[in-house]
Amino acid sequence: MAIRSKTFRESYYEDIKLFQTIWIKFWMMLFIIALVAVPFVTDPYLVYIIDISCIATIAALGLNILTGFTGQISLGHAAFLAIGAYTTAIFASTLNMKFWVCLPASGVAAACAGLLVGIPCLRLKGLYLAMATMSFGVVVEYVTVTWEDLTLGVRGISVPTLDVFGYALDSNEKLYYFLVAVTALAVIAATNLVRTRVGRAFIAIRDRDIAAEVMGVNLTRYKVLAFAIGSFYAGVAGGLYAYVMHYIHPDHFTFLLSVQYLAMIIIGGLGSVLGSVFGAVFVTVVPEFIKALAQTMTLVFPALEDKYDDAWNIAAFGLLIMLFLIFEPKGLSGIWLRIKTCFKNWPYTY
Amino acid sequence: MELLEVKNLSLHFGGIVALDDVNITVDQGSLHAVIGPNGAGKTSLFNCLSGVYHPTKGEIFLEGKSIVGLKPDQVARLGVARTFQNIELFANMSVIDNLLLGRHIHMRSGPITGALFYGRALGEEVSNRLKVEEIIDFLEIEKVRKSSVGTLPYGIQKRVELGRALAMNPRILLLDEPVAGMNVEETEDIARFVLDIKEELGITIIMVEHDMGVVMDIADRITVLDFGSKIAEGTPEQVQSDPKVIEAYLGQEE
Ligand SMILES: Nc1ncnc2c1ncn2[C@@H]1O[C@H](COP(=O)(O)OP(=O)(O)O)[C@@H](O)[C@H]1O
Ligand SMILES: [Mg+2]
Repeated sequence: MAIRSKTFRESYYEDIKLFQTIWIKFWMMLFIIALVAVPFVTDPYLVYIIDISCIATIAALGLNILTGFTGQISLGHAAFLAIGAYTTAIFASTLNMKFWVCLPASGVAAACAGLLVGIPCLRLKGLYLAMATMSFGVVVEYVTVTWEDLTLGVRGISVPTLDVFGYALDSNEKLYYFLVAVTALAVIAATNLVRTRVGRAFIAIRDRDIAAEVMGVNLTRYKVLAFAIGSFYAGVAGGLYAYVMHYIHPDHFTFLLSVQYLAMIIIGGLGSVLGSVFGAVFVTVVPEFIKALAQTMTLVFPALEDKYDDAWNIAAFGLLIMLFLIFEPKGLSGIWLRIKTCFKNWPYTY
Repeated sequence: MELLEVKNLSLHFGGIVALDDVNITVDQGSLHAVIGPNGAGKTSLFNCLSGVYHPTKGEIFLEGKSIVGLKPDQVARLGVARTFQNIELFANMSVIDNLLLGRHIHMRSGPITGALFYGRALGEEVSNRLKVEEIIDFLEIEKVRKSSVGTLPYGIQKRVELGRALAMNPRILLLDEPVAGMNVEETEDIARFVLDIKEELGITIIMVEHDMGVVMDIADRITVLDFGSKIAEGTPEQVQSDPKVIEAYLGQEE
């Protein structure tokens, strides 16, 4: 008889539950209370930053499912956000549709585009796939600029206020709860997806595609499915972005945004749901943090006044990413795991 | 009764002839060994059987149905499972998850039921986990069930790979050098498992192996390949005394 570890459960159902211990439940409750309290205790700007982080989280989850879990690199993620954003913008402004039509439609439109890219790219890997997806991004950017009848081109589209069953979400605080709820759903769905049959097939394809195929995984179906799911997430995020910004423009969805999403999942941790959240928040918050820091510096050293600009910020951010890649290749989720193991091994936490 | 029939199978890679007009018949419930010097084409034969390579010529019948031209996942669904000469486990996953991947073809949940983790997906996870735990007990790897496979020693990894193939609940199991690189004790364990799989689970086995002791001990029939051609076939006694086999092996060992 083997020695059972202390986490062994007689029932496998217990074993696969998400929140297994009372401590995890306790911390989750605390986290939820904190989330609810945020708009009451902080300034509107921070609430806005969290709103944006939520959108980034959803899209980063999508890219992580495609790239981090299934191993298909994409440099065209911004294109799927654009498709989602324009779908919601057009549906909500021209067609006067409600959010519960617009957002799913955004996801589905982007997922269809994902199929469109995924199917011809089936045989491409690595750099070739990166080039192909990047080209798709360029094509979408071009279409959003030139197809003026649909997208209004460089004039951009104004998006009406998000209205939830008659209740207008006309401030960042009101949008906040909506966004946090959608993000929570997205995180839970992704967590479940990657720990069940489909997610295991994704990871298997990433790690050893031939062995996966010999186990009965249909490579074609699952690679295309990963594209569809990843794009669906991006599409929904794009739709939310349209609502939060009230205005979208082709410049919002450039190649740089695709690179930013790639940075998010690398910093957060490839193949980690929690990592997608960490990375998205980090990449959204840190530039703001650097900016605030620079402003404080000018107070202390008046000589620095007017020296700070966005280029500085991007450079500082780039440096940070380099340090990350060198010192923590597993990203923020790797750091998190280490902290967690520390606590688990500490007596009395169980 | 024959379960698998290989007819006039040839496989060429440009000028290299990996398999040359090979005929093999494997009986239901038997343990059929394939031996031969390095480069004889044994792994190539397995790759043809599992759909990884498509033969240049010839036919493969599983219960009378041709499986040539099918993709590996289609062959897997027909009940063909295999292990690899160089371990092909999913190193970042736990032992349990590796074995659950073996259950892939017996599960049905898709992305939506999976994401909801409710109803079918949940029931399926639990019931297949039970199957997986049975195999874990059978192969005596309970202690490492939750370990990441990449951290396990070679001998245990070989066993996990065998478990992953078993999890597929196959009709025919292809084992490519299951005891290569193992010490005497580990070899005996695997030989015992292989016999149990044949006798208790009733699964037909084709085994490529270099360890003559094991092959002669447990195989019902042996096919000998050399330079892609079949040079002998028969019971262990017949093959052992075949002059062509002795020559092929002595020639290699010089
Ligand atoms: N993918 C491949 N491309 C080219 N040659 C191959 C390939 N696979 C196997 N071969 C060749 O086929 C022959 C048989 O190899 P293999 O089946 O691996 O032998 P064994 O498993 O009996 O040692 C060898 O000469 C090998 O070089
Ligand atoms: Mg071989």
